[in-house]
Amino acid sequence: MSNVLILPIIIPLLTGMLMIFFRRHVRMQQWLIVISLLLTIGVSTFIIHRIFRQGIIVLDVGGWHAPYGISLVGDMLSALLVLIASIICLMCSLFAFGSTSNDHKVHFVYSYILLLLCGVNGSFLTGDIFNLFVFFEVMLISSYVLLALGGKKIQLRESIKYVIINVISSTLFVIAIAYLYSITGTLNMAHLSERVATIGQDGLLTTVSLLFLSVFALKSGLFLFFWLPGSYSAAPPAIAALFAALLTKVGIYAIIRTFTLIFYHQPEITHTIILCMAAITMILGALGAVSYWEIRKILAYNVIVAVGFILFGVGMRTFESLTGALFYLIHDMLAKALIFILGGAIISIFGSDKLRNFSGLLLFRPSLGWLYFIAALALAGVPPLSGFVGKVIILKGGITEGHLIMSVIGIVTSLLVLYSVIKIFIHSFWGETLLSEGDQKATGTSALLPGSILVTFIIAMGLGAEWVLTYVEQAAEVMTNPSIYIDAVFKQID
Amino acid sequence: MKFTDVFLQTAIKILVFIIMTFSIYVLFAGHHNPGGGFIGGLITASALVLLYIAFDLQSVRDMMPVDFNQLAAAGVIVAVLTGTASFLFHVPFLTQTFTYVNLPLLGKTELASAVIFDLGVYMTVIGTTMTIITSISEDQK
Repeated sequence: MSNVLILPIIIPLLTGMLMIFFRRHVRMQQWLIVISLLLTIGVSTFIIHRIFRQGIIVLDVGGWHAPYGISLVGDMLSALLVLIASIICLMCSLFAFGSTSNDHKVHFVYSYILLLLCGVNGSFLTGDIFNLFVFFEVMLISSYVLLALGGKKIQLRESIKYVIINVISSTLFVIAIAYLYSITGTLNMAHLSERVATIGQDGLLTTVSLLFLSVFALKSGLFLFFWLPGSYSAAPPAIAALFAALLTKVGIYAIIRTFTLIFYHQPEITHTIILCMAAITMILGALGAVSYWEIRKILAYNVIVAVGFILFGVGMRTFESLTGALFYLIHDMLAKALIFILGGAIISIFGSDKLRNFSGLLLFRPSLGWLYFIAALALAGVPPLSGFVGKVIILKGGITEGHLIMSVIGIVTSLLVLYSVIKIFIHSFWGETLLSEGDQKATGTSALLPGSILVTFIIAMGLGAEWVLTYVEQAAEVMTNPSIYIDAVFKQID
Repeated sequence: MKFTDVFLQTAIKILVFIIMTFSIYVLFAGHHNPGGGFIGGLITASALVLLYIAFDLQSVRDMMPVDFNQLAAAGVIVAVLTGTASFLFHVPFLTQTFTYVNLPLLGKTELASAVIFDLGVYMTVIGTTMTIITSISEDQK
């Protein structure tokens, strides 16, 4: 039964709602969130397995066939992202158990984490563009609350900016959908793809596609990222890790989906623009990452660099580069969650994120230090770790396709990323020990369990790249050949 | 100086019944006529707000000891659970069904499972609206 596709969406939703009844029972909420996330991970592994064996799963919600009803479409791309999102959500909640205050916990922080996951999983799985908008809003509204929860001055200031920018981009999203609907008369993505292919992508449709691009660029921090560093550095550590690993990636997924499935007829315009934006994003992100001396800012700019690099792979739109982009996307979700969790632990130990103020943590927290070191190497793409494979595939694609300047930018920004994260390592872990035991603000031990699990994933993904690539290639096949997707959605009618 | 709101309180005691009845009517009319869970919930919430205006927060709370947070959550759970019943019958998620029943008083009545979904929406809308209004109107603690 294809009903299994709804489970990654409703398990977090129902558990999150159930928790509202046990507001004061923090321990019980923690058990509930772990159990429900393990269930979600299990279900999404099963979905991946089924897609690998039998192809794309389609669920016509309510029994109304596409294009009349809303269909949920699980192809390999969505299923992989759902699995990774659920894993990251579990890790960030494990980190949140120890790192957030009790005040946070009784004010429904776990409910909102689960609602965020509901929105993220829904965005990945939906096959209807208006439904995508709705799930975006589910995700964004939870993120507004998570960002503002705690009520510190900086959180309030940054959440105002964040809410305003997202309300504007959501409005643009609705307007773009309205234009698209008035041109094509349908909202189902597979049907849209068919209609756009029939009438041909003329100037009008290309304009609409650029409107979509600017909406998703605002959400994912591609070039229009001016809101991102501030709001990501205002959130509490566990929440920032969740944001960095999930929110921008949903925007990237939306770009991948719309520009490989619907608007792929004018690549010389749309995909060139994506490439240009990706190049500028990488440069500006890397400049930001090397110039700051605050951990939060450095990490936030690292998010931006990775967005640019992934979109570089997407913009070339060959089978190879899309494989690389998806591989790098998965790696980046894991690595960003990891480095934000570890960075958050460092900040909580020192009680400050100014790099110049502290040093010598390696004596006290050797395991934290070495976990951070591996995370930094993985982020830069050093061979045995997972960042390497994705980077190599994308850069190889870039060189064979003749995008030499882009590839050079990609390599140079990798070096700058490595410099920026190693700068954190050197300044916080090496040197004279300024702290004495008992002097630190927090123990930072809550980061060790999720940190080591994520490091295991990253090493396993680097060593078992061949095995991961069989799944990723199946996803890339759908991205390069939209008819597989369309046929799967419409198979019931024939 | 103390105001006596005799007019307001007496009028509202009558009005609230009318508005509540109308909101229930709107909720159930939703299947064939304009209406439904969302607008029904808003009308009920407006009746409750009238009570808050005429009386104070505490006495309304004593009269109606409902935690609106939990009401909203329960609404979501009800709405989602109407979909999950489809797992038992092996049909796609959120499939609806309806049947005609001869009820003793009402005669031949159409019962649709979509109404339960609407009831969930109704509860959520009341819960959310009232949570917003009561938490804005209260001071800290």
